[in-house]
Amino acid sequence: MKRLLVLSLVLALAFTVGAAANAAPIRSVMVTDVGGLGDQSFNDAAWRGLKRAEEELGAAIGVVESTMMTDYEPNLANLAESGADLIWAVGFLMTDAVDNIAPLYPDIKFGLIDAVVEHPNVASFTFKDNEASYLAGVFAALWSETGKIGFIGGMDSPVIERFEAGFRAGVKAANPNAEVLIGYAGNFNDPGKGKELALTQYNQGADIIYHAAGATGLGLIEAARETGKYAIGVDSDQTVLDPEHVVASMLKRVDNAVFTGVRDLINNEFVAAHRELGLAEGGVDLAYSRGIEIPQEIVGQVEEAKRAIVAGEIVVPGTRAEL
Amino acid sequence: MNILDLFSAALLSSALRMAAPLIFASLGGVFSERSGIVNIALEGIMLVGAFAGMLVSYYTQNPWLGVLAAMAAGAVVSLVLAVMSITLRSDQVVTGVAINILALGVTGFLLRRTFGHAGQSPSVVKLADWSIPILKDLPVLGPILGKHTPPVYLAFLAAAAAHIILYKTPLGLRIRSAGEHPRAADTMGVNVFKIRYLCVLISGVLGGLGGATLSLGLLSSFVENMTSGRGYIALAAMIFGKWTPLGALGACLFFGYADALQMLAQTLGIAIIPREFILMLPYVLTMLVLAGIVGRAVPPAAEGKPYER
Repeated sequence: MKRLLVLSLVLALAFTVGAAANAAPIRSVMVTDVGGLGDQSFNDAAWRGLKRAEEELGAAIGVVESTMMTDYEPNLANLAESGADLIWAVGFLMTDAVDNIAPLYPDIKFGLIDAVVEHPNVASFTFKDNEASYLAGVFAALWSETGKIGFIGGMDSPVIERFEAGFRAGVKAANPNAEVLIGYAGNFNDPGKGKELALTQYNQGADIIYHAAGATGLGLIEAARETGKYAIGVDSDQTVLDPEHVVASMLKRVDNAVFTGVRDLINNEFVAAHRELGLAEGGVDLAYSRGIEIPQEIVGQVEEAKRAIVAGEIVVPGTRAEL
Repeated sequence: MNILDLFSAALLSSALRMAAPLIFASLGGVFSERSGIVNIALEGIMLVGAFAGMLVSYYTQNPWLGVLAAMAAGAVVSLVLAVMSITLRSDQVVTGVAINILALGVTGFLLRRTFGHAGQSPSVVKLADWSIPILKDLPVLGPILGKHTPPVYLAFLAAAAAHIILYKTPLGLRIRSAGEHPRAADTMGVNVFKIRYLCVLISGVLGGLGGATLSLGLLSSFVENMTSGRGYIALAAMIFGKWTPLGALGACLFFGYADALQMLAQTLGIAIIPREFILMLPYVLTMLVLAGIVGRAVPPAAEGKPYER
């Protein structure tokens, strides 16, 4: 009898809690990596996604900035304790932190950007960089007058290889005779070297260069400005850095990933798995500069390539071996 | 790639640009170490110099004031090393490493404080290129040496000045004696502490200049950790150059050339030497030199040892 009473009490309690959760808005909070808000990149993009979720879906949002790598775990844990419904970890630097914290709070959902962790309450989002890089390649091939096109990578890793492979495939598709000059700097934080690599490629006849080299690529933008040649940016909309020389920019739509995650949770469709967002899912894209005239036929061909990729008519390679 | 490409104007001027920041830092290393103080902190000194140069150019629109600020900031950082290692007689390597870590944090923090975001500073006014009247019209040398950012020329002048100071002046003799046998120098009336302070400060000024060469000469902004190991390569060049100004100059030019060559080789799609090997080159050569396999390098006898009266 007593046992039954306890059981019914517990059940009643569970129902009230459940009802309360349904009435209150979903609370989704993000933890930045050390870049923090204002990084003009990943963290800012994630915050834009949350803002959109607040406006369009009525989610309650918040952000906690990490100042040190050692902040990741405590920040995630504190938010979990405070009763957030969906906690975002922005950036692959937080992979281990999510891996450690998520199993401790099985009832709370976690979202991880740009890396993969497998737990029943974690949604991992990565991006098909190669698809947008393909568009950058089409753009570059059509923009180039010399038929020589540069690519500058940071470290020669599988991630950057994906950019290179997609880019080269795009160039070849738009102009089979074009030549792609390739250079790797060996790191992501040496703009001095990035600039020299760019100058070397410009010197060898390239007139437009795409980079996937983080801060090293900032040197490319300086080199483009100095020589009056062109560059294609990466990750965030870098055309704003120099609209006359950075004529396009590959975009990683972290904001769309975050928005999708929040929407799914609200619709009770949260997917605790790894999802790769490509052109079709709005996860990546190519932005054009608004500071220089882009010929309509270039835009037309890029948009056509985009349509073909989304429709599955073009499968973009992700490694050199697939080229 | 044919043999002429190895000496093309584009390649050689690229080598000069790559070498310039290294030369300043390397000369700084020569001064400090010849007086007996190991200066691992060059990496951090360069980084702080690069930041200070950018910041002052940002606020004043005058890159030359930025260069002065970079030199001053380098001196301030080196003063920390001087006080710790000369007056307080701490371990010089440990102090240097600590300064490097501190410099990375401080510049990143100040960047965020100043501009409200991490990563990179806005573009600032950089040093305008110098084109040297007679030099630029010379047939072969003109395209290589004729037009560069000012620090490229100043680096050569600094190397010549360092050579003269160290080998042709009484001060140079005092510096070298402080690093070889401070006790003997002291008994001859040389103030070892003063000499060492002076040399560490000079190395700070030169390291700061090396940093400004990056942020105001070659580029026009500051990026977190933008020195990316150049301070250590400069030290390697100093050892490879056997602790002499002209040797260090030569080593920096060689490293700059090797780097420019591998970039050209990549661009042309030729894998003569794997890129990773070029990245290792300064360190491999340094080890070979230290092991006595390539030439023989003898560090100053009293280097790294705090002096006590």
